[in-house]
Amino acid sequence: MPMVRISNVRKAYKDGFEALKGASLDIHEGEILALLGPNGAGKTTLISTICGITQPTSGTIIVGGHDVVTDYRGARSLVGLVPQEINLEPFERVMNTVRFSRGLFGKPKDDALLERILRELSLWDKRDNRIMELSGGMKRRVLIAKALAHEPRVLFLDEPTAGVDVELRRDMWEIVAGLKEAGVTIILTTHYIEEAEAIADRIGVINKGEILLVEEKTALMTRLGQKELRIELHDPVDALPEALADRGLRIEEDGQVLVYCYDTAQDRTGIATLIREVSEAGLVLRDLQTRQNSLEDIFVGLVSKQEDAA
Amino acid sequence: MNWQAIRAIYVFEMSRFFRTLLQSFVSPVISTSLYFVVFGAAIGSQIDQVEGVSYGAFIVPGLIMLSVMTQAISNASFGIYFPKFIGTIYELLSAPINFLEIVLGYVGAAATKALFIGVVILATSALFVDLSIQHPLAMLAFLVLTCLSFALFGFIIGIWAGNFEQLQLIPLLVVTPLVFLGGSFYSISMLPPVWQTISFFNPVVYLVSGFRWSFFGLADVPIGLSLLAIAGFTLLCLAIIWLIFKTGWRIRQ
Repeated sequence: MPMVRISNVRKAYKDGFEALKGASLDIHEGEILALLGPNGAGKTTLISTICGITQPTSGTIIVGGHDVVTDYRGARSLVGLVPQEINLEPFERVMNTVRFSRGLFGKPKDDALLERILRELSLWDKRDNRIMELSGGMKRRVLIAKALAHEPRVLFLDEPTAGVDVELRRDMWEIVAGLKEAGVTIILTTHYIEEAEAIADRIGVINKGEILLVEEKTALMTRLGQKELRIELHDPVDALPEALADRGLRIEEDGQVLVYCYDTAQDRTGIATLIREVSEAGLVLRDLQTRQNSLEDIFVGLVSKQEDAA
Repeated sequence: MNWQAIRAIYVFEMSRFFRTLLQSFVSPVISTSLYFVVFGAAIGSQIDQVEGVSYGAFIVPGLIMLSVMTQAISNASFGIYFPKFIGTIYELLSAPINFLEIVLGYVGAAATKALFIGVVILATSALFVDLSIQHPLAMLAFLVLTCLSFALFGFIIGIWAGNFEQLQLIPLLVVTPLVFLGGSFYSISMLPPVWQTISFFNPVVYLVSGFRWSFFGLADVPIGLSLLAIAGFTLLCLAIIWLIFKTGWRIRQ
């Protein structure tokens, strides 16, 4: 049984807008799953539906064996949520607000645990500060501390690095990696592809309320990830020499560059043969470059395919 | 029952109260004193007695009711409106708690604050007039019930309100007039018959009357009716809140 099982969840709002169109997804214990999608794809709605902020129109969501609607107490006590917006009471003090979160989830007071959480998030020195005295990055850490205060087994991070500077983004990634080590299952949404690429174990692509694909990150990159070999020539060519005509080469940059696409997953890439053939055809090489297709290419490809189909 | 959650909400809300203790404490004391200066000394000296009670003492129950009702409403409505306004409501909605626990936490805290202010006003009044309380237990019961029922009412307003103006609207336009016209500062029997009849449609009349009875043993309406009115009002508010959470109106999309 996966940690979270989302089965055919639909969410339609009163105005008729369908934010989720039958989404299904399994989230395994201990993994980091990145939900990747453009703005308005349904990422936040999906998270809100799992966490109890909105009710699904149809379909079921099971968290740790508890249905989020019929057994919401069981389900919600396993789940922590770090919202996208910095929703905090400005006049409240850090320690108080974290204590409040723990109590709200029905857990007895445990200041030793809260101290550990605050220390790990470098917030311990700020524990008596008012929220409004903190920087934006610190406020995000407070949100994480609040979500962790009741020792959740599943943590949802809704765009944890949206509008965050590079340094803080690195910090966030480290925090997430630390949580995974502590055994927390993590689901994060993002529209930064490099973020998913950097920290996720699995990647789900969501667009227009549909989950287009969920796969191991590495498998995804290998399966869809093609490599390009760019051969820069000493002298430009107008057309391909006869001998190279059936190799599927592409001429770019006014004949200065030949581009060869190949699949890294295959046994033989054909690079060695190609290079030999290029020199045999009398072309002089000046430089060679290879380039891996990024997740971005994959993502853009998937989303545009969906749009073509629609 | 998630008692820890109720306690957490209650403690959190009370800490807001203690943070603004000066406002919470000083303003009712000053306004009560002003009422006594104006109604007690200036006007009261022209009025002998109302049904055997000095006018200064006669207005004490109404004065307490006035403050307790407005305080209970404003505390409870602000308590639940503020998380909606700044977005922290997400935490309440994602926590393993039900509507009753949320209500107990917020309404309990708002009622406690109102009760505290009621007691402060009672103590301040004792400095100005001779007070005797004939039925202390009934007095306390009325006070607590009023705090609770108006805090429930305030909670509904807080959920309904879409902005800060609306938050003030009902207390200003409905509650304050009802309290002023509800016999807080006079006996209903002092009014012409037509206005007496109209007054009996004002729910606050029953509360003030019952509360005053617990002090002086005199009432505009039978005490049983007063109790019934406040119990009915409490149940009505509870039913509305239950419905709100069941449908998710203005809370859960």
